[in-house]
Amino acid sequence: MSGIDPVILLAQLMVVATPILLAAIGELVVERAGVLNLGVEGMMITGAVCGFAVGVATGSPLLGFAGAALGGALVSMIFGLLTQVLLSNQVATGLALTLFGLGLSALIGQGYVGLRGPVVPDLYLPLLRDIPVLGPMLFRHDAVVYLGLGLVVAVWWLLTRTRAGLILRAVGENHDAAHALGYHVVRVRLMAIAFGGACAGLGGAYLSLARVPQWTEGMTAGAGWIALAIVVFASWRPGRLVIGAYLFGGITVLQLNLQAAGVRVPVEYLQMSPYLATILVLVLLRAGRAPGSLGKTFHAAQ
Amino acid sequence: MTDALLTLSGLSKAYPGVRANDDISFSVGRGEIHALLGENGAGKSTLVKTIYGLVQPDSGSMVLDGQPYNPAEPREARARGVAMVFQHFSLFDALSVAENVALGMENPPGLRALSDRIAEVSRSYGLPLDPARTVGGLSAGERQRVEILRCLLQEPRLLIMDEPTSVLTPQEVEVLFRTLRQLREEGVSILYISHKLGEIRAFCEAATILRQGRVVGTCDPRETEPRAMAEQMVGASFAAPSGAAREPGAPVLALRGLSAPAPQAFGTPLREIEVTVHAGEILGIGGVAGNGQDELTAALSGEMTVAPDMVSLKGTEIGRMGPNARRALGLCAAPEERMGHAAAPDMSLTENAMLTGAQRRGLVHRGFLRWGAARDFASAVIDRFDVRTPGPGTAARALSGGNLQKFVIGREILQAPECLVVNQPTWGVDAAAAAVIRQALIDLAQEGAAVVVISQDLDELMEIADRFCALNEGRLSAPRPMRGLTLEEIGLMLGGAHDLKEAG
Repeated sequence: MSGIDPVILLAQLMVVATPILLAAIGELVVERAGVLNLGVEGMMITGAVCGFAVGVATGSPLLGFAGAALGGALVSMIFGLLTQVLLSNQVATGLALTLFGLGLSALIGQGYVGLRGPVVPDLYLPLLRDIPVLGPMLFRHDAVVYLGLGLVVAVWWLLTRTRAGLILRAVGENHDAAHALGYHVVRVRLMAIAFGGACAGLGGAYLSLARVPQWTEGMTAGAGWIALAIVVFASWRPGRLVIGAYLFGGITVLQLNLQAAGVRVPVEYLQMSPYLATILVLVLLRAGRAPGSLGKTFHAAQ
Repeated sequence: MTDALLTLSGLSKAYPGVRANDDISFSVGRGEIHALLGENGAGKSTLVKTIYGLVQPDSGSMVLDGQPYNPAEPREARARGVAMVFQHFSLFDALSVAENVALGMENPPGLRALSDRIAEVSRSYGLPLDPARTVGGLSAGERQRVEILRCLLQEPRLLIMDEPTSVLTPQEVEVLFRTLRQLREEGVSILYISHKLGEIRAFCEAATILRQGRVVGTCDPRETEPRAMAEQMVGASFAAPSGAAREPGAPVLALRGLSAPAPQAFGTPLREIEVTVHAGEILGIGGVAGNGQDELTAALSGEMTVAPDMVSLKGTEIGRMGPNARRALGLCAAPEERMGHAAAPDMSLTENAMLTGAQRRGLVHRGFLRWGAARDFASAVIDRFDVRTPGPGTAARALSGGNLQKFVIGREILQAPECLVVNQPTWGVDAAAAAVIRQALIDLAQEGAAVVVISQDLDELMEIADRFCALNEGRLSAPRPMRGLTLEEIGLMLGGAHDLKEAG
């Protein structure tokens, strides 16, 4: 146990939580608009391979992340077209999107296995990085870690403080009423789905470009599902989302460290602990209810 | 009539298989309260949606205030001074009053300024509302105030109201009428949609009657017999339900201290309900929507179980029993929502007949379904209650509201229950079908069954009930004989009183 340094632990926590946080904040917006997209895992892994491919081709991590966001958004538009225009079932389509994303990414990624991607540099924050303890913990990360947190704040502000956010919530709460008032339900939802796809793509690319950093098939390994669960258990609120993602990241890092330290607990128990703890805590915190039209198909009646 | 504010000429709109509006022309004068009358499916909703820009007409034109008017979307209609209060409220439960109002406005001010405006306007029209409250917790009357305020803040010239009184107590209706009259004084025109002839006579200056998408008549409702208007709406004459006076017999259904928590968020808990229903009696339970009607129906039908002694049928404690056990003992029920609750929409009428009739009609033999017998049962319901459908193999979804309602009520009645519980038996049903259903309920009571009718339609209860009690926030008032009860007394029983004091 003595081998675990809390400063490094917390620094790692922010890195581990970032892909989940990015995917979850995107899905939160999607669900607040009343759409249940279960394809987060598929969009993440598509983002991971697109980001890695663009990164390798251009040598620029920035372009890599942009490519990942674009890839995720494009894949999400398949879901958007099917569910919003062709009125297919959201649950089935979302599951199909996950399977499709896993297959598509394996296909695209064939030539990239074993390659090294461009290095994502840490953001150089003068002064802040030199604060003892807090510096190495909070201020020596790459830009994407801060982007994730910034997005959460931006989404919170958008949802609670702006008219666009009010319309988005209205569409998710009661799509028939929103339509009757003349809001474009399908348009709002498509935009939300695209945003969700882009965020999931960024989350995936963070794995393949920054955290691992390599391309391996199926490398998201269920992170998309965790993001989905965190959105629900966070009661669709951005603030709680951060708690959930960081808690999950924290316990993941902790159990990895415990494994490395050779604690005499079967590995399987350690591996399941992040999932158990996250669900437990968020269930205890649970408050509020789902958006009223979540997962329901909208068809503009005559 | 003074000069016209809105003139419609030759409006037509067809959907696959139905002409919803067929060459409709009429005009609404300035400062006029104009009634639009018609049965369900007469095309009223399509017409007002056209005026509000939600539906584009196939042909025809509109003129508003001397200018051509052809709104492509509600935004444009609002900009031209047309506002609408919807029949099924277009509100968002999880949002606050102020946010709901903001969503219905083109350029709302900031939330704080808007809250002040709401407070100010609500005071001047006698419609008290707290802008910060969440809409999900408001009563039906308060919700309607939100809708009306949303319209008033845009200073409309034409206000469209789609069946605004169907969810209000008589006192709340008075408050609404006072507000609307005040608006008329200010020169606002009102297009008032309803099928309640009484209030139209009291309140409107002109009426246009629609049937099957066409204008079939115009009249001055203050000078026309309600019966004549009703027959124009339906296109036929029909008999009002009648029945001989009945003597109440032995107690059948007894509720003792029936209490239950609300099964859902925004539901209503039942509180200490005490009442006894006798054989041969119709007990009418009135109340404004959301005061525990659905919960009471569920507690009686067995969908929601309670402590055993809270509900008893002829001395047997049945509070713990589920719907099938209760049905076996003779208690049948028909819930409010016919599509998806009383009937499975995608199943045939035969299958739907099997679902509730299996036990009492012996449609199951050693665990196997007797489809032949179920078909005969469904056919019997169709014949006896004049359900207009090609046959028992038709999916429930394909039936119109009135016909499906006749089927689901008839299905329970033909099981010869000793006690029948129905919730909103004629909601959204045309007058002719409603008369058939009401007559069937009276006949059932005459044959010696105890009947509980939960309804928000006071006219209906006054027509068929022997005793009346009011459901208010999950509490049931003591029953009183229906005969001799005035509308005002009923209103007070419904407990709109606390709402009204603020408004007065």
